[in-house]
Amino acid sequence: MTARMDKRFADLKAEGRPALITYMMGGDPDFQTSLGIMKALPGAGADVIELGMPFSDPMADGPAIQLAGQRALANGQTLAKTLDLAREFRKGDQDTPIVLMGYYNPIYNMGVETFLDAALEAGIDGLIVVDLPPEMDDELCIPALAKGVNFIRLATPTTDEKRLPTVLRNTSGFVYYVSMNGITGSALPDPSLVGAAVQRIKAHTDLPVCVGFGVKTADHARAIGAAADGVVVGSAIVAQVAGSLTADGKATDHTISAVTTLVSGLATGVRSARLVAAE
Amino acid sequence: MNQPLKPNSFRAGPDEDGRFGIYGGRFVAETLMPLILDLEAEWNKAKTDAEFQAELAHLGTHYIGRPSPLYFAERLTAELGGAKIYFKRDELNHTGSHKINNCIGQILLAKRMGKKRIIAETGAGQHGVASATVAARFGFPCVVYMGATDVERQAPNVFRMKLLGAEVKPVTSGHGTLKDAMNEALRDWVTNVDDTYYIIGTAAGPHPYPEMVREFQSVIGKEAREQMMAAEGRLPDMLVAAVGGGSNAIGLFHPFLDDESVRIVGVEAGGKGLEGEEHCASLTAGRPGVLHGNRTYLLQDGDGQIKEGHSISAGLDYPGIGPEHSWLKDSGRVEYVPIKDDEALAAFQLLTRTEGIIPALEPSHALAEVIKRAPTMDKDQIILMNLCGRGDKDIFTVGKILGMGL
Repeated sequence: MTARMDKRFADLKAEGRPALITYMMGGDPDFQTSLGIMKALPGAGADVIELGMPFSDPMADGPAIQLAGQRALANGQTLAKTLDLAREFRKGDQDTPIVLMGYYNPIYNMGVETFLDAALEAGIDGLIVVDLPPEMDDELCIPALAKGVNFIRLATPTTDEKRLPTVLRNTSGFVYYVSMNGITGSALPDPSLVGAAVQRIKAHTDLPVCVGFGVKTADHARAIGAAADGVVVGSAIVAQVAGSLTADGKATDHTISAVTTLVSGLATGVRSARLVAAE
Repeated sequence: MNQPLKPNSFRAGPDEDGRFGIYGGRFVAETLMPLILDLEAEWNKAKTDAEFQAELAHLGTHYIGRPSPLYFAERLTAELGGAKIYFKRDELNHTGSHKINNCIGQILLAKRMGKKRIIAETGAGQHGVASATVAARFGFPCVVYMGATDVERQAPNVFRMKLLGAEVKPVTSGHGTLKDAMNEALRDWVTNVDDTYYIIGTAAGPHPYPEMVREFQSVIGKEAREQMMAAEGRLPDMLVAAVGGGSNAIGLFHPFLDDESVRIVGVEAGGKGLEGEEHCASLTAGRPGVLHGNRTYLLQDGDGQIKEGHSISAGLDYPGIGPEHSWLKDSGRVEYVPIKDDEALAAFQLLTRTEGIIPALEPSHALAEVIKRAPTMDKDQIILMNLCGRGDKDIFTVGKILGMGL
């Protein structure tokens, strides 16, 4: 596996705090601005970057991420250009893991082998592909693991004890616990329930367990971060981008700072959370 | 990839992973996976459960009005001067289309699974009406997702759904058509996975839906086969059906797939022509991809983004197709052809005037292909077409195009 991911989580464990994992949509609102956002994320406190691959039919996403993808596609973003973003970012940052997140069709369309080679070359460390459950592992998961690209799986409240081993098999990097049934950008779940769910997953795996869905503020990040190895923030970041744009969807001179301001606050929250005792 | 050997049977699929060759599968978010597996288990039990089958048959007879007639279109046959044309008249079903066959089956499953709430997507509104109907019949609350564009062009069906007690939610994301309605229904399902049953309207989506919907719709082909034997003492030479998602077509075709003497033709929406972007001919002009839980032929751009289709018929306005049709295309068993909006419209008018039957715009596409083929065939040959829906819902659309104010 690409070593960056494991090293990052090991370092954070030594530091005694959870990771801040920030999602951004590749190409939103345009290539250059999203590259600027990506480059600014580590300095603002992001430990891992999830880079969204826009798709025309994001079935598991709420309105914020749907619209972000539409903006990116309207401005000509493609899977190849999303890989370009990572490649450009890597020129200045060799340490921050990048996880591509999206849906399978653009990857299938490019060809799995071609995609994996290009992703490795661009400095990608992991993949989250929403519509590839374990039953579909032959499609991309197994080929990715064979090439050394982490395949990060989503676990959800519907993933019961019986199913957990299936979900955790062939997964690496970290486990992404989606803290509620629903689409991205939904309300914040009860942190105590999240803590119990994280412990339930940890009983089955040594991988870090990161939690997402509904985290919007530093307080949320602190509360969730107390119970998990990482906190994922997505819709709130994408909403910051949206809120900074002109009426016709163009970037402004405060688009990047709108994101870094939020991320800095979230980073403060994460840094004041304590890793759970079970660690 | 190696071409598979010609199968012993074209009726054996899907395999245990829900695949028809490379098509089908279960491409869904993890949240839905446990539910999809539960559904598959319940469906496998129901398939062989005599009580379930008896209830299905009873409702088929007394609620839907099955069997639907097999009708010899004498005047249309004379008009076209070639093969004898028969219609399987699923437009006479309760609610006016074949969609009810599937909805009755699925609501019985929802009941068995203890679900409390029904959701559905709809394009033309026929599936929405059928879903709202069975929800009313069995006392379930029902939410129907419908693209905002379709809500506008299918106003009579929207009103019917509301009368039946369903909540119709217009979908404005994307371009507001069937594909977007399906995305929104999937989002609802992911959010309300514990108590909600999603009645998918066509033979597509994650396994077991394509197989399940096919089985509920195969009553069309099974009846037609018996009725044709009774009427003519032999099988038809050709089957013709419209394909949007492909449920009425697979329902007619499936019982005949292993009858080599029967040619089978599926008719796609050619919209304004395949040279431009405004059509829904995913099998003729698309290529394999993954959307809405299955791998199948899709209309997509060079980056794998799904395109918006166009058809005069809201029921065919979908950029994908059921996975079994993709496999039947690749295997060469079924021939798929496009029919354009104006050809469908002409067929709609011809049938209305020669037979006194107002067809829906969806089977009007199949009819347009029959109009092309029948004159080239001998008078002792037989074409069997699925007249899968009636046209009452379409009179406003047609009136507008023909310049008749309603």
